[in-house]
Amino acid sequence: MSGVAVHLQGLRRTFGTVHALDGLDLELHPGELIALLGPSGCGKTTALRILAGLDDADSGKVVVDGKDITRLPANRRDMGMVFQAYSLFPHLTARQNVEFGLKLRGRERTTGRATEMLELVGIEQHADRYPHQLSGGQQQRVALARALAIRPKVLLLDEPLSALDAKVRVQLREEIKRIQTEVGTTTLFVTHDQEEALAVADRVGVMRAGRLEQLGAPADVYLSPASAFVADFVGLSNRLPGVLTGEGVEVLGTTLPLVSPATGATNVTALVRPESVDVVPDPAGAGKVLTASFLGPFSRVIVQVGDDLVTAQVASGTVADLAPGTPVRVELRPVAVALEGIS
Amino acid sequence: MARLTFRRRQSVFRWVVLGLLGVFFVLPLVAMVEFTTRGDQKTWSTLVDWPQLSETYPDLADGIVMSLGQAALTAVLMLVLLVPTAIWVRLRLPGLRRLVEFLCLLPLTIPAIVLVVGLAPVYAWVNYLIGGSSLTLTFAYTILVLPYAYRSIDAGLSAIDVRTLAEAARSLGASWFTVITRVVLPNIRSAVLSAAFLTVALVLGEFTIASLLNRTNLQVAINLLGKSSATMSVAVSLAALLLAFVLLLLLSLVGDRRKKAS
Amino acid sequence: MLGIAKRALGTVPFFAYVAIFLITPTLVVVVGAFAGDEGGVTLANVRALGQGYILDAFGRSILLSASTALIGAVLGALLAYALVTAKPGGLLRRAVTAACGVLAQFGGVTLAFAFIATIGLSGFVTVFLRDAAGVDLYAGGVWLFELPGLVLVYTYFQIPLMVIVFLPALDGIRPQWREAAESLGGTTWVYWTKVAGPLLAPSFLGSTLLLFANAFSAYATAAALVSQGSPIIPLQIRGALTSEVVLGQANVGKAMALGMIVVVAVVMTLYALLQRRTARWLG
Repeated sequence: MSGVAVHLQGLRRTFGTVHALDGLDLELHPGELIALLGPSGCGKTTALRILAGLDDADSGKVVVDGKDITRLPANRRDMGMVFQAYSLFPHLTARQNVEFGLKLRGRERTTGRATEMLELVGIEQHADRYPHQLSGGQQQRVALARALAIRPKVLLLDEPLSALDAKVRVQLREEIKRIQTEVGTTTLFVTHDQEEALAVADRVGVMRAGRLEQLGAPADVYLSPASAFVADFVGLSNRLPGVLTGEGVEVLGTTLPLVSPATGATNVTALVRPESVDVVPDPAGAGKVLTASFLGPFSRVIVQVGDDLVTAQVASGTVADLAPGTPVRVELRPVAVALEGIS
Repeated sequence: MARLTFRRRQSVFRWVVLGLLGVFFVLPLVAMVEFTTRGDQKTWSTLVDWPQLSETYPDLADGIVMSLGQAALTAVLMLVLLVPTAIWVRLRLPGLRRLVEFLCLLPLTIPAIVLVVGLAPVYAWVNYLIGGSSLTLTFAYTILVLPYAYRSIDAGLSAIDVRTLAEAARSLGASWFTVITRVVLPNIRSAVLSAAFLTVALVLGEFTIASLLNRTNLQVAINLLGKSSATMSVAVSLAALLLAFVLLLLLSLVGDRRKKAS
Repeated sequence: MLGIAKRALGTVPFFAYVAIFLITPTLVVVVGAFAGDEGGVTLANVRALGQGYILDAFGRSILLSASTALIGAVLGALLAYALVTAKPGGLLRRAVTAACGVLAQFGGVTLAFAFIATIGLSGFVTVFLRDAAGVDLYAGGVWLFELPGLVLVYTYFQIPLMVIVFLPALDGIRPQWREAAESLGGTTWVYWTKVAGPLLAPSFLGSTLLLFANAFSAYATAAALVSQGSPIIPLQIRGALTSEVVLGQANVGKAMALGMIVVVAVVMTLYALLQRRTARWLG
């Protein structure tokens, strides 16, 4: 079965004086997985809950498969939802949890469908266990099976991995990607973890203060952030002083192109990714290595240049030459950068 | 807007339930106030005037004194008996913990009226050895409050890592006595305090054992008074109730502070 | 070995005290229930429990405890639910919970007098209804000092006790379960019958049992309220303790006491089992 289109139109929602959603527009193509990414309080969870029918928008429309469902109660929306944690019914086994929605629909071959789903998420051998007998990762697999069993129009994932260990998290997010591609259900995935969003999504939407800051393919969002906020939130950035010139911005003696043209102030702060920084040992260099930490395939080197600290990501093979105190030269690769405070 | 109606319905339900049950619970208290202020009786002025009270109602005055004595002695005996044992068992005899817990909770399954039946011969010995003062009820009351006091102290001990604290103190050269008095006790102070509060509240409300072992305390005196002066007995009941209110409110404040601290 | 013995020394005062003032009385009751007036083992005391008036008293005790447990459980659960729908750390919830803590302990003589002041013959409500509405509360007899009166008065401490023991279970119900049930297509009815109902059932049942034991063990309220006859078992035991001993009946009181222990112990064991299940689901 192929997915359906989802369109959130001009959603607004306020809690007291806080604008959780401030006119959010978002369109999901059929079968697409969009990850909504943003800091806590940016409105991403509110958007998902309004789509699920668990929260009401003050204004705006929710259109699924061409039909306006804004006023439809949650239990008639056919949305499969996976929560952050602890959403399995504790008095039912894994299988009974998966069957719950199927039985409500009075569908035939409930057992067969449940088994199918448990196999899909790789948990069939634990089908008769209760939630408290399953690990956190296994519980989330069952929750995913339960959500998919009802053949939902849309799959909603509300930070499904944030309560899990780092290793399980990576494993499970690959699985989610695989399963979503296999069943082809249109999916909205809410997370605050940028790595997770970039890894699973077809498109990533970065949210800030109730609005979409940028929506695009993971590579675009990472490599050409539309604003300083996106550049800062997605990935790690150095904040380095720069001077605006005709062609771009001059940072540490190198002129870098800009993500979006800027005018006005001449003294600005540029956001430069650590992987765009090269560190070369040079007795005449202006910089000095402060610390070097080994992180596996890469190492992180912090260099002091005048009053500024520059973080660089270098291949671990070269770190041997970069002991603390070594005089170095810092070179920036000509990758487009964003400026802080200018969007 | 489905969510909004749902929330509004919940709120209506909440206020209806609270309103109806509120009336049920407040009515007797209001009635007690009304009952004791009917006509121009001097009930309340007598109650707060100790010399006159003990002259007019000597049994009541005696009961009040006895109850206060019993409450204080029981609290002390309970603490002396239970606190060191609970700490010691946790630290050095974890194998005995289940047994101690079982014994402490046992009085919950033995109604006070049943305990009295079995206590009668025991108290015959108490009478013989140290006399028949009403203060001897302390022995029985300590058993009665055991479950409540134990739970409170046990919860306090569970909230801190007694073992690590003790090991740290021992490695710094502390004796076991120092470990208990200077390290563990200060950390379960509020649990001990709430156990003491509970003890006092329970003892002040005790009637069964005192009445059937032919001793006196506040409740026995109130009951006796009911036969001669209904108004006064209701007034004392209300005063006792308010006292219990204050005690248990203090207790819940102590509990709140503990929750915030941990 | 010596080390353990030395360590165990610290617990001697506690165990000695409990042995004298808890274990001994319990044994006195248990052994006495099977002892004849002149010593020797006999089943006569236990058999005496089969006498009409004792069976009736047990029956009334169970009726009183069961009805107040049920009323208390239902009303207390409603009140507890009303509290969990309020703001979690709010003043309302804190105030009501604290009040329940006090009222659940509020038994005994003071409670009896509170009700005498309320609906006694010259009580506040009685007088008000008679003067203002012309309603006579006691047209059908003075029921306050009999079983119906006990039911009403016991309810006063049973409801708050229910709130205290049931609230943690209600707090254990996670909002995600309702939302999951909804998103899977469940109505409110489905949520209550298929999810919340089964989840809360063990705790509700367990709490009801605790309330039963609470009412069954209560003595003081009834003693202060009931002056004529001994309708329930605790009052029968009072009779056995205070009245002249009928020949051959000296230990029947102990047999009745043993009967009470058995009932309470069974009920409390069931309660503990149900609590364990609740802890696993809603912990």
